[in-house]
Amino acid sequence: MAHPELTLTEHRPFQTQRKDTWWVQPLAVFIGLGVFIVYATFRVFEGNHFLPENAPYLTPFYSPLLFGTSEHSNDHSWFGAMPAWMPGVITPAVLILWAPLGFRFTCYYYRGAYYKAFWADPPSCSVSEPRKGYRGEHSFPLIIQNIHRYFLYVAIVIVGILAYDVWEALWFDDGNGGKTFGIGIGTIILAVNVVLLGGYTFGCHSLRHLVGGIVDLLSKAPVRRNLYNCVSCLNQRHMLWAWMSLLWVGFSDLYVRTIAVTGWQDYITF
Amino acid sequence: MAKATFRIWRGDADNAQYVDYETEVSEGMVVLDAVHRIQAEQANDLAVRWNCKAGKCGSCSAEVNGNPKLLCMTRLNDLPLDQPVTVEPMRAFPIIKDLVTDVSWNYKVKEKMKPFTPRPPDAEDGTWRMEQVDIDHIQEFKKCIECFLCQDVCHVLREHHLHEEFIGPRYLVYAASLEMHPIDTENRLEELKGEDGIGYCNITKCCTKVCPEHITITDNAIIPLKERVVDEFYDPLRKLFKVFSG
Repeated sequence: MAHPELTLTEHRPFQTQRKDTWWVQPLAVFIGLGVFIVYATFRVFEGNHFLPENAPYLTPFYSPLLFGTSEHSNDHSWFGAMPAWMPGVITPAVLILWAPLGFRFTCYYYRGAYYKAFWADPPSCSVSEPRKGYRGEHSFPLIIQNIHRYFLYVAIVIVGILAYDVWEALWFDDGNGGKTFGIGIGTIILAVNVVLLGGYTFGCHSLRHLVGGIVDLLSKAPVRRNLYNCVSCLNQRHMLWAWMSLLWVGFSDLYVRTIAVTGWQDYITF
Repeated sequence: MAKATFRIWRGDADNAQYVDYETEVSEGMVVLDAVHRIQAEQANDLAVRWNCKAGKCGSCSAEVNGNPKLLCMTRLNDLPLDQPVTVEPMRAFPIIKDLVTDVSWNYKVKEKMKPFTPRPPDAEDGTWRMEQVDIDHIQEFKKCIECFLCQDVCHVLREHHLHEEFIGPRYLVYAASLEMHPIDTENRLEELKGEDGIGYCNITKCCTKVCPEHITITDNAIIPLKERVVDEFYDPLRKLFKVFSG
């Protein structure tokens, strides 16, 4: 029986002969990244509730805290209070969050994922696209993605700063003007955040290249070889690290914000 | 014996249609077996290219239910046989007839690429010495059977037909196997950035997913080459470092 329905050259948008649920993965990416973008945008411009008064937890969205916005946060910021001449739309998060967001935006994994989920370029493997033209990363504007390694350098520094924040989150006010050691649930959440962000950052494709992929004779560079093997090990699960760290950093912020807003005291082991 | 329907693309570039064939299927059969049975019993003029039936010659590349596959390695018990199984030729190349495509463009691409250029031999007998660790990261590229499924699934070729501007994942793997080779001395970065069009790859990883030899095309070949291109053309700090370090 003949079916004169489709030819191989007439492509309609989203046309495919695939019979599996190919749309599930791009849809999941669209929802996952979309929810994060909306939440992160809200938090970035909220400009408040990033450092609870009753716990030493600084949300990763506002770390490093260059300027404070209250008496309490001014004491914990690097340069004191936010300058009066700074426009109101500039919050402490706006000053620093461009770096980790830029790192993720130019990440090789996320590029492939959001080209599919947000631009349908392509919607999925062997599924037709809704537009004819294509320039890829060969020319402006996407050629700018080649800046990825510069965001990597900043992201490594930020992972170090977040690790220091975990140290700070170990020291609680003792009620007498001093500090006492303790591990709160928030401390553990911030520590897990550093581990996940570290796994994502140190498994970066650019880092893999810079530490060892750049040379053909790894046998002559044993230190590079070991670093290359370590980064390659993390890189094999780069997508998993990317999603786990993204979800956890959002959860960490939500946890800290909840404490800051409600004044709730989380469980602390002294 | 159970029966299944195969919806096979029949015709040439100018005149074609899908035709349904019902045939008997049994345990252990692959799609190529079913196509051969249809060819023997119902459509003697059905054109299909095949050779080894062992997934090593790369001849029987086609699309099964919309997914680029080797017909000889696609088992029927992995497919939903309660609905017709669609069998089509690869979409990235010109159709010759039925399931057979003209893949000669690939060989022309290879001819244009800078060949392997080894350093002078290490020993008097004309041989070289290499450490296994230096070969390890290009070893997997040698598994390529040139089935061109990666070229077929790549949307730059399949959808946008940029055959004149982009060499495709197969030849980026080939370039990586040469560029990263411990005794090769040639520099191919200018070509990769320019006429080979590595910038057209937007890292969908579809090529990696369809590779029957499980070569990690995107992560181990294309992205490392993209990074080398960044080193050479898009990283001013690295340029500066090279100037001062000599």
